[in-house]
Amino acid sequence: MNQHQEPPFTSWLPFYTLLQKEVRRFLRVASQTLVTPVITASLYLFIFGATLGERISVLEGFSYAQFVIPGLILMGVINNSFANVASSLFMSRYLGNIVDLLVTPVTPSQFIMAYTLAAMLRGLAVGMVVWLISCLFATLPWAHPLAALGMACLASFLFAQFGIIAAIHADNFDALSMYTNFIILPLIYLGGVFYPISILPPLWAKLSHLNPLFYLIDGFRYALLGVGDLPFIVSFTVVTVMALILFLWAATLITRSHRLRT
Amino acid sequence: MSIPALAIKNLSKEYDGSLAVNDISFTIEPGEIFGLLGPNGAGKSTAINMIGGVSRIGSGTIEVFGFDNQSDSRTTRRMVGVMHQEIVIDNFFTIDQALRFHAGYYGVRDDSAWRQRLIDRLGLKPHLHKVMIKLSGGMKRRFMIAKALIHKPQLLILDEPTAGVDVELRHTLWDFVREINQQGTTILLTTHYLEEAEQMCDRIAIMNHGKLIALEATATLLKELGTRSILVHLQTPIKQLPEDLCCQDAVLDDAGTTLQLTMSANQPTGDLLRHLCDAGLPIADIETRKAGLEEIFLQMTKAGKVET
Repeated sequence: MNQHQEPPFTSWLPFYTLLQKEVRRFLRVASQTLVTPVITASLYLFIFGATLGERISVLEGFSYAQFVIPGLILMGVINNSFANVASSLFMSRYLGNIVDLLVTPVTPSQFIMAYTLAAMLRGLAVGMVVWLISCLFATLPWAHPLAALGMACLASFLFAQFGIIAAIHADNFDALSMYTNFIILPLIYLGGVFYPISILPPLWAKLSHLNPLFYLIDGFRYALLGVGDLPFIVSFTVVTVMALILFLWAATLITRSHRLRT
Repeated sequence: MSIPALAIKNLSKEYDGSLAVNDISFTIEPGEIFGLLGPNGAGKSTAINMIGGVSRIGSGTIEVFGFDNQSDSRTTRRMVGVMHQEIVIDNFFTIDQALRFHAGYYGVRDDSAWRQRLIDRLGLKPHLHKVMIKLSGGMKRRFMIAKALIHKPQLLILDEPTAGVDVELRHTLWDFVREINQQGTTILLTTHYLEEAEQMCDRIAIMNHGKLIALEATATLLKELGTRSILVHLQTPIKQLPEDLCCQDAVLDDAGTTLQLTMSANQPTGDLLRHLCDAGLPIADIETRKAGLEEIFLQMTKAGKVET
C-alpha cells in the first residue's frame, strides 16, 4: 500500500503559512525592521517637536509638532511597508529560494495577499509606535479616526504593491535601493510632510499636485487634524485609484512575469 | 492500463533563441525509479523546472497522474515534491520551522509522525533548531530532501541530489529513496554519478543538447548499447596481428603477448574464441570487462554533439 497517500488539502493554509512566515521573518530581525525606523522617527520628532518646532508655525491653530506628526507617522508606514515586501521578495529571488514557493500550490492571489498583509502589519506597527512616541511631544485631535485608519491602511497597501513591483523588476541591490532613494524619499519630502503645500509659490504648489504622496499625506493629516490643503474625498479617491493601479500592476507581474517564473 | 505518474508530450522550451529542451516526450509509470541523465546544459534541469512549475512550458504538455500541470497546476503541484540541484534555503529559519512552513505551503496540516520520521531517517535531529545559515552543506542537502517529502508527494523529483555530498549521505539518501519508492512513491532523478543511476533506476533516458537521445530499461541499455573489453593473453609472443583481426579494432601490446579487442554486449564470446583459434593464436587466458553506463553515456553524448 502506498504510505504516501495524498494528505487532505486545506485551501487557506498556503496563504496563512506564507503570511506567518513573512511576519516571523520581520519579527526575527526586529531591531532592523521595527526598532530602527522608530528611532529614526523619534529623532525627527525630537528635532521638529522639541527644538525647531517651537520656532516654526505653518498652520494656524496647530503647533509645528502637531502639523508634522501625521507626515512622520505616514513616513514610517510607507517606508516599512515598502521595505518589508521589497527586501523579502527580492532576497528570495536573489538567493533562489523563491523556487520553494513556485513549486507549491500557493496561488498568485494568496502570494500577493500574504506579502501585502505582512508588509501592512509591519508598516502599521511602526506607524502606531511612532504615534505613541509622538504623544510625548504633542497631542493630536484625531478629528476623523476611521478616515485616519483608512488612509494609513491604504498607504501601507499601496507601498506594499510598490514593493512587490520593485522586488520583481530589480536585478540587483543597487536597482532596489534606487526605488527608495530616487523615488520614495524625494516624493515623501516633497509631498508635504514638513510643510503645507499652500505656503509654496503658486508654480511649486501646482507641481506638488503631481506628487501622489501629497494626496496621501494631506488626506491623513486632514483625518488627524481636521485641516488639509484638499477636501478629504479628493485625497481618498486619488489614493484609492493609485492603490488599485499598483495592485493590478503587481498582480500582473506575479501572474505573468518571466522574472518570477521563467 | 494505469495512468502514468508523469506523461510528457512534445515538450520544448526556448531561452535566448536556443532550444534548451527540444521536443521531448516520455512517460514514467507509477512506482518507477526513472533516471534522466545528460551532460551539463543538456536540458535536464529546464525540463524538471517545467515539471515542478518553476518555469513556464514553452510548448507541449506535462501531465502528472493524468492532471495537466498548467490547467490543474494546484493539483499537480501537491502531487510533486522537488529537490532542486542548487541549495535553496531560507537562512532566517530553523530546520524545524522551515519544514512546518513547507508543509503549510502545500496546504497540508502538520503530520508530526511523518515529520519526525523524515527528521530521524535523514539524521536531522541534532540540528533541528539551528538556523539554516549555521548548517553544513551536507546537512542543508539532507534538509532539502526532507523538505521535498514533507507533503508526502506521489512523484518525487531529485535533481542531482548527491552532487558534492559525502559517501555517508549518498548511502543514507539512496537507502531512503529505495524505501519510499517501495512504499509507492515514483521517483524521477538526475545524477552525474552514473553508477548510481545504474544501480537505482528501472529506466533511463539520456538527454543531450535539449533532445532525448535514448530511453530504455537500464538493463536493456546496458545490454544493447554496452560494449565489452576483451584482453587475450598469449602463450608466446607474436610479431603482428592476423590480417582479419585488424578489422576488429584489435590492438597488440608492444611485447606481443596481449591482445585487446572491443565487442558489443550481445556478441557471443564463443565466436571470438573460434576466430582466435582459427587464426592460430596460442591463447593462454582471456579477461572480459563489461562497459558500464558511464561509457555508454559518453559514447552517446559524444555522438549527439556531432549530430548537432
